[in-house]
Amino acid sequence: MKFGVVRFPGSCDDVDALEAAQRVGEAVLLWHADRELRGVDAVIIPGGFSYGDYLRAGAIARFAPVMEEVAQFAGEGGLVLGICNGFQVLCEAGLLPGALLPNTSLKFVFRQVELEVVDPATPFTRACGHGERLSIPVKHTTGRYYAPEPVDVVLRYAPGQNPNGSHDEIAGVRNEAGNVFGLMPHPEHAVDALTGSTDGLKIFESMRAHVTDRVAV
Amino acid sequence: MRARVLVRPKQGILDPQGQAVERALPALGFTGVANVHVGRLIELDVEDASQLPAMCERLLSNPLIEDYEIVEDGG
Repeated sequence: MKFGVVRFPGSCDDVDALEAAQRVGEAVLLWHADRELRGVDAVIIPGGFSYGDYLRAGAIARFAPVMEEVAQFAGEGGLVLGICNGFQVLCEAGLLPGALLPNTSLKFVFRQVELEVVDPATPFTRACGHGERLSIPVKHTTGRYYAPEPVDVVLRYAPGQNPNGSHDEIAGVRNEAGNVFGLMPHPEHAVDALTGSTDGLKIFESMRAHVTDRVAV
Repeated sequence: MRARVLVRPKQGILDPQGQAVERALPALGFTGVANVHVGRLIELDVEDASQLPAMCERLLSNPLIEDYEIVEDGG
């Protein structure tokens, strides 16, 4: 199992994502200007401020050369995980429905939140139970999820935990096929008991289990 | 051709920036202000103005959450 973490100019959680993925498999960095995915089994678009978040968060990054490859990979059923800014990039690229708006508070929020697993049948949450609570941090200014149409929700903020005014308490959504998943909270920052929670590992473990099963079949 | 693209939050989508400005104005003594919205102004020189709508749809705005208006300044 080989993860690829895309590094854009302005990414800042790429190394944490890389190290989190390395706890469950092999992981390499992918460069935004390269048109190849180096044979990875899953792609992670990490958090940060790709291209300075100029214009809108994720608006410029979606046109990076590597994103053409990511779109093709996703179209072929490859697993793509977008975290925070990565979620914004995937929405801007049209690989996920909806958009992320500025937090209702207009403030940067940085805290541990409780999430509820709404859909444990995805390749990203199969290590979780239905309704299971995950304790994972958020840190963002533009995290208020909005979609004009109903979407496939994977994670919700637990009651009273919504940090950004997100519609329907949505914390993470998937595409219709189920192989692309984006979320505002940072599972890569919740992989070591030293920092309070290891719940984020379940996302990476789920992905590994999905890919391993697929190879076995 | 000089053009301006005005990008606004779509009607019905909560605009906390507009609300914050609307609350700040009375604090400075400016009263009778309502319906404040904060958007974005993009100015550009463009050879082929017919490309502007496509630019707006694909990059300058996110049509899901924003409306755009193109103002051609002539010249």
